[in-house]
Amino acid sequence: MSPRVRTVVLFAGLAGLAALYLCALHGLPGFGHYRGPYGDVINAAGVAERHVTDMVTAVNFDYRALDTLGEEFILFVSAAGVAVVLRRGREERERETAGGGEEDADEARGRRPPRTSDAVRMVSLLMVAPVVLLGIYIAAHGQLSPGGGFQGGVILATALLLVYLAGSYRRMRRIGPVTLVELAEALGAGGFVLVGLAGVLSGAAFLADVLPLGTTGTLLSGGTITLISALIGLEVGASVVLIATEFLEQALEIRGAERHR
Amino acid sequence: MSLAYAVAAWLLIAGIYGIVTSRHLVHLIVCLVVVQSSTYVLLLAIGYRTGAVPPVFVSVPPTTPAVDPVVQAMTLTDVVVEATATAMLLAFALQAHKRFGTLDPRELRSMRE
Repeated sequence: MSPRVRTVVLFAGLAGLAALYLCALHGLPGFGHYRGPYGDVINAAGVAERHVTDMVTAVNFDYRALDTLGEEFILFVSAAGVAVVLRRGREERERETAGGGEEDADEARGRRPPRTSDAVRMVSLLMVAPVVLLGIYIAAHGQLSPGGGFQGGVILATALLLVYLAGSYRRMRRIGPVTLVELAEALGAGGFVLVGLAGVLSGAAFLADVLPLGTTGTLLSGGTITLISALIGLEVGASVVLIATEFLEQALEIRGAERHR
Repeated sequence: MSLAYAVAAWLLIAGIYGIVTSRHLVHLIVCLVVVQSSTYVLLLAIGYRTGAVPPVFVSVPPTTPAVDPVVQAMTLTDVVVEATATAMLLAFALQAHKRFGTLDPRELRSMRE
């Protein structure tokens, strides 16, 4: 298909899309006039039923927890998928030099990557501890205020990437060895299913909230919501670290004898 | 038609245009991210209620009119799916570059033959 034909097809398609979109908007309530009912039902019942104050967390880890389980496994499979796609090829080998020397690690010919400046190293180092604290705080307070395992997990993964920025790739691998990260990922994913099965074992439905609900507004309120949020934090943080590690490995570690045909 | 719905449509169209005319696989993947951001805007706009509070009842009683938490939770799912899809696609782009030495989708097609 020539670029010209492609553009014509594109604009014909977009025109059709615009027409359908306008039709669809016609049937929607106006902006700012949400009619419910699902959101209103959850807002009205959530606090009393689940003893949590953040309704988005209640939806994610309780009312719609089964969907979140699927979502978590999408992340799990994607991390595994990236690892499979980026596995070391037959003609590739790992860089031999042990330790240090990563400034020269870029493979592109005729280009030397600039050294990481001392300012970047310093700021990254200073930020590691506050970022870890922020990640744990966000992951632990999802039941009370906006946040939860997904957000906290990503922030925690950032802390490990800051270690890479401040020090080196090898230091990052030492602090978060792949086996340990994979273990955390498996624990997060498996733990979610076990929490769900605990509901079944107690005679209720899968993922039923079986733990004591606690006092609304305290850190340990919400029963399984808080537990699942913590497990998700583990799983998300580990998955993001694994994916980042795979890409960093491609850039810094793996060397192809003859990459380009 | 309100501004939010128009923004969602604009992001969708701009992203699709970028995908179709892209000359670089990483650029193409970023365009896909733009397309997906349109769904966030649309979802949040549907659940919005003028003058309502966020669905977090820490300092307000649960009877206060609040926006829809369900679409916000779906947006969170959406963000996670986008991140995973982007990671997978970037991995494929990396392998395509290794094999063919190019990231231009048009040249990739000619390599296939």
